[in-house]
Amino acid sequence: MTAASPAERAPSAGRIRTDRLIDIAYRLRAFGIVAALAILIVVTSIVQPRFLSGQEVNIVLGNTSILALLTLGEAMVIISRNVDLSVGSVLGLSAFVSGSTFGHLHGVPTGVAILVAFLVGIGVGAACGIVNGALTTIGRVPSLVVTLATLYIIRGIDILIIGGGQVVASSLPDSFFQISLRNFHNVPYLTMAVAVVIGIGAYYMRSYRSGRDLYAIGSNPDAARLVGIPSGRRVFTAFVLSGSIAGAAGVLWASKYGTLDSTAGSGYELQVIAAVVIGGVAIFGGSGSVIGAALGALLLSTILAALYVGGVSPFWTQAIAGAMILVAITIDRLISLQLTAALRRRRSREST
Amino acid sequence: MSAPARTPAVEERIPVLSLQHASKAFGAVQALEDVSIDLFAGEVHGLVGENGAGKSTLVKILAGVHPPDTGSIVVGGLPVFLAGPADARDSGIAIIYQEPILFPDLTVEENIFIGRQPLTTGRRIDRHAMRSHVMEVFQRLGVRLDPGRIARGLSIAEQQIVEIGKALSLDAKIIVMDEPTAALSAVEVARLFGVVDSLRASGAAVLFISHRLEEIFQLCQRVTVLRDGRLVLSRELEGLTADDLVRAMVGREIVERESEQQAVGGTVLLVERLTREGFFTDVSFEVKAGEIVALAGLVGAGRSEVACAIFGIDSYDAGSVTVNGRGLRRGSPTAAMSAGVGLVPEDRRQQGLVMDLSISRNVALASLGRLQRFGFILSSSERRFAEDWAVRLRLRYGRLSDAANSLSGGNQQKVVLAKWLGRQPTLLIVDEPTRGIDIATKAEVHRLLDELAGQGVAILMISSELPEVLHVADRILVMREGRLITEFTHAEATEERIVAAATGQLEEGAA
Repeated sequence: MTAASPAERAPSAGRIRTDRLIDIAYRLRAFGIVAALAILIVVTSIVQPRFLSGQEVNIVLGNTSILALLTLGEAMVIISRNVDLSVGSVLGLSAFVSGSTFGHLHGVPTGVAILVAFLVGIGVGAACGIVNGALTTIGRVPSLVVTLATLYIIRGIDILIIGGGQVVASSLPDSFFQISLRNFHNVPYLTMAVAVVIGIGAYYMRSYRSGRDLYAIGSNPDAARLVGIPSGRRVFTAFVLSGSIAGAAGVLWASKYGTLDSTAGSGYELQVIAAVVIGGVAIFGGSGSVIGAALGALLLSTILAALYVGGVSPFWTQAIAGAMILVAITIDRLISLQLTAALRRRRSREST
Repeated sequence: MSAPARTPAVEERIPVLSLQHASKAFGAVQALEDVSIDLFAGEVHGLVGENGAGKSTLVKILAGVHPPDTGSIVVGGLPVFLAGPADARDSGIAIIYQEPILFPDLTVEENIFIGRQPLTTGRRIDRHAMRSHVMEVFQRLGVRLDPGRIARGLSIAEQQIVEIGKALSLDAKIIVMDEPTAALSAVEVARLFGVVDSLRASGAAVLFISHRLEEIFQLCQRVTVLRDGRLVLSRELEGLTADDLVRAMVGREIVERESEQQAVGGTVLLVERLTREGFFTDVSFEVKAGEIVALAGLVGAGRSEVACAIFGIDSYDAGSVTVNGRGLRRGSPTAAMSAGVGLVPEDRRQQGLVMDLSISRNVALASLGRLQRFGFILSSSERRFAEDWAVRLRLRYGRLSDAANSLSGGNQQKVVLAKWLGRQPTLLIVDEPTRGIDIATKAEVHRLLDELAGQGVAILMISSELPEVLHVADRILVMREGRLITEFTHAEATEERIVAAATGQLEEGAA
């Protein structure tokens, strides 16, 4: 060993430099979102000072909350190299079912009724997640296909139940609306609650074996099996969590919008996935963080708000959201290509 | 167990691991037959044999990947049944593969500890304990590697270090290294040897597989030789010479090439200054009609990458490829095929055959343009075409309508050959044409290549089996770490000279 040490010293100096490069690049990802957000806010508030008003902040944070909550479950699923396309449909079904529970709970104290509504919504979501998870892990069908199918099936059930009808806001208790309205100096309590939930999620993904396992499964599924990670159980759990979170988000949706028909949340899954990807979670799993995904949601809704405040036609917003996804992915790709090229060049230099 | 490493009364010690009378067959191929091997604490046990001798099968049995058909594994005096890799790990067996399988997105320390991280109260991961444990392990190994960096971008040597670190942190008593030095540079090999020595000194039993006999003599106390799936020799290394081992490995007189040097025609393939950054650099050579040129070198030297670039599967950064005087568009297999180039890939199951399609479909696959009438493929003409080739290549099959995966490895390879020969190529690139093929069929494939060359086909062969290279090739080009190092004619080439060039000893001697 002592004989080898002088020889190994030379290459390791260069090696450690490249390590730093990789580390910095990976941290840059999260940093990039925050930087983009800062630039966006500064530029927009110069163009339109109203953008920083309490009311506007309140609206943006309110819009972000449900989206950010959904990114938590979606990020867990995507990190494990799967995808959950059904979250929008689950949200719609949960919103309607939980909203209509109030109609059956006359005479029950509103506090209890709201609790029941949440339990029903989360239960509906968990059931959908169980179906998705079972088909993916036990049935061994790719999750893209499974959740594409359940996206339609769950939406279909929603339409069957609702028929032509809708839940109207007047049937819901006032304190239910207060959940998404109450705020502390223009910061909605809902946003704080979601931030806490995401914090818990981030801590779980960082500090618990089962959370790290999701990263391992997404990074190299074969190796995960070889080292004895219970891949099926972990992925199943991720789907159930994603479903339950979408169920809870559905109840919040009902509280926010009040009037619900069978189109609630339709197409929302794409916005969620967009936020997750913009937030730096690799679409093929293995890397990224749930905080990054939540920041992606914040960035996405801030941009939409900035466009609105800046007087840009709403026809542009979709195109710009799409462009952002491309920019995020391109930057990611460029960084990783640059890194691989740098590593390759260095290695071929060393060998000559 | 307190006995010193080299006690004379070896027979009385209890082996840490003992594989007893193990046999394993894959289909018709008997990969391992009645092999017994004992590993002792504090010893490095070398395992040698030609390609296809059964070394990999033995490793996979110890890894719990393949259960043996018959025979048993005894660990520390108790028989164990390894139903999977986790069982092998729990029995204290760690496998270091030539190219380790890591999680590229996780850090080095997480790769070592995934699924069994140290925990604090509340089942949270104790990152401090993890870091200090990894540092301690790396210190024991005498390596400098940042435990906090992600695994993506680690060199193969460093990936092996990570795996060895995992074995140590698992307190593995038995460490199996499957050709760990094949893709390492001289400095990295020296470092690895230091690590293996310290493993041995700490009382581990190491099974060390290598093609390089000098490594066996440098590192091992005991050696086992396999040949064609059987145990030829298993004893202490002391008193043996390299020649003894070679004789045991080969077990037969090396047959000189019977056929005369073919009459060589004009240049068919001209490769000039071909470079693909990070894979190969400045590679130039030519292959003439009727000539068999072999690319030799270690795994990872860039041979297959050169072949893929010529055929257009991969693009390249600089240089040119000319076939029959016409420049070949880069990155286009279609252009290569229409210029008369055929490629028999290394991995025939994945890339060479459509395993679920019938034999006749597979044979006809590359010649559909010639077999079609008004845009339709007649199965009768497809059938006749396949029958014709089956006879010419002496294919052994049940029915032509059987799926290709019903054939043995050697016959599958003949189907791949037939597929390309049907197109009457002027240049045929064959990558490891006889890997995993039994000796009899091997000879037939060699005869076929010879015949083709006799008909004026230019053949570029990539092979890791030196006897094959020496036997078949007219000229031998040796690659090392992405560069063409030297060239030997059939007459000049010896196994020693090729190995010396491929492992860089030639260069060092010159410098």
